[in-house]
Amino acid sequence: MTQPVQYLALAGLLFAVGAIGALVRRSSVVILMSIELMLNAVNLTFVTFARMQGSLDGQVLAFFVIVVAAAEAVVGLAIIVAIFRRVRSALADDVRTLKW
Amino acid sequence: MPITQTPEVAWRAIAPALALAGGGVIALLVIAARPKIHRAALAALSLAAIGAASWSTFDLCALRYRVVMQGSVAVDGVSLFANLILLVTAAMTVLLSYHYLERRRIHRAEYYPLLLFATCGMVLLAAANDLILVFLAIEVLSLALYVLAGMARRDAGSQEAALKYLLLGAFSTAIFLYGIALSFGATGTTNLGRTAVKVASGGVDARLTSAAMALLAIGFGFKVSVVPFHMWTPDVYQGAPTSVTGFMAAGTKAAGFAALLRVFLVSFGALQWSWRPVLWGLAAATMVVGSILAIAQSDVKRMLAYSSIAHAGFVLVGVVAGGREGLSASLFYLLAYAVMVLGAFGAVIVSAPDGRERLSFGEWAGLGQRHPVFAGAMTLFLLSLAGIPPTAGFMGKFFVFSAAVQAGETPLVVVGVLASVVAAFFYLRLIVLMWLTEPAGEAQELGASPAPALALALAAAATLAFGVYPQAIMDLARAASVFTG
Repeated sequence: MTQPVQYLALAGLLFAVGAIGALVRRSSVVILMSIELMLNAVNLTFVTFARMQGSLDGQVLAFFVIVVAAAEAVVGLAIIVAIFRRVRSALADDVRTLKW
Repeated sequence: MPITQTPEVAWRAIAPALALAGGGVIALLVIAARPKIHRAALAALSLAAIGAASWSTFDLCALRYRVVMQGSVAVDGVSLFANLILLVTAAMTVLLSYHYLERRRIHRAEYYPLLLFATCGMVLLAAANDLILVFLAIEVLSLALYVLAGMARRDAGSQEAALKYLLLGAFSTAIFLYGIALSFGATGTTNLGRTAVKVASGGVDARLTSAAMALLAIGFGFKVSVVPFHMWTPDVYQGAPTSVTGFMAAGTKAAGFAALLRVFLVSFGALQWSWRPVLWGLAAATMVVGSILAIAQSDVKRMLAYSSIAHAGFVLVGVVAGGREGLSASLFYLLAYAVMVLGAFGAVIVSAPDGRERLSFGEWAGLGQRHPVFAGAMTLFLLSLAGIPPTAGFMGKFFVFSAAVQAGETPLVVVGVLASVVAAFFYLRLIVLMWLTEPAGEAQELGASPAPALALALAAAATLAFGVYPQAIMDLARAASVFTG
């Protein structure tokens, strides 16, 4: 039988994978995908804690996060497309007119 | 029997946010119906929405402080004072924006509704008494700001600012959200008041709450640009259209710090011993790093960005001082910072007639001889940012530092004073350049139209008034430094 703690550990692992991906990958699209992974790891954490405590708050929060993640993806992809039209590249490194 | 009970909605308490969001929606509908509408009409509509929000904020001041909407929205001194700062910021931004956007050929009517939505998010963030609402408000303001930062679509710098702000902003939001999840796991609630009760009763997992506080602090640190989470600030402030930069610097900081104060002083107030040393270190690092890195800059907007980082550190000193003194000093500082930074970025906007601004230091040489009034205003803002009397910035630093000394944080104040001395150097460099250097090249007109000139005059008057006669505002801030948990 699986314990809730195992879900929490899995969520922590997914969050770490997402965070590392966001930090080391060069393509803007992949960075956005990594951030989505982080958000979904948080969702898993919310749902697990909601189950452990028998309260619905955590599940409601997960829905909010799903909606916000969608909105964030819309804005993010729009910005990436706007840049792609100009420089023909989606690599974050190719965007560096400002000194880092 | 069917459940027909519906939650009670306190319309009056959320009227400021509703006015802003409603104004934004109306503006969007107008744009959809009449794409050719004159953008000045939209600017006027935005000012009307901000006016309505201010009116409903004053209306709220007469009421008793309380939490509404199932405890998720707080109507108290801090949220009302933050509303004051945010609405002043938004109104000044609209005044500064219109001519600037036309000159730079940023003909996007959506600018105004986005500005209203961002302000709405900030107002909600300052009043949020539930971590769910804190998260949603941060997203509302951030999503609008990502787009606003990239508003100059043909400009490579603006696009880059939008991309960097988006990627780092979304990353920090994910971290912040994980903090909410852990806090929920430890206490079983997202409400700040109930979290405080749980934490004070001591029946919570200490490791979970510590991790939650750390992650929440990182999330807030990104939003208000605290070292070491400041990396995005210079690039975004430099690349974004200058009117947006001023709005971000003044507004995001005020709303973010209001929420940070509420989360840490209300929910985790019982655990002060654990987070105060961390914030102490962040405050010291932020003041020192922000001030030192600003010296190396040769771009005015970038210099102001590093100065904005340093100022986040000074506000943090007030947070570390804690108590009513520290809280009221932080609130005063946020208001003073809002008017002086809007003035400084406004001066950058007005500094040149065409779409180009005077960005490099060299272009400011000799402005004092050619445009003494304008250079005088910019000098006032720079002196205030440096914290030299008799200006708002000096009184802000004075209140923050004296609160910290009273709280026994003298070493932090020493660090702060040293950082201020370092910081004075680069502000004075620009002042010396304006007044004591011979102008080079052709005399160039300023881009002063009535609206931005009015905004600059208001900012200058406020900067001077808060410095000469701070007592009125300080009394207001002291009266406002109350949370309803």
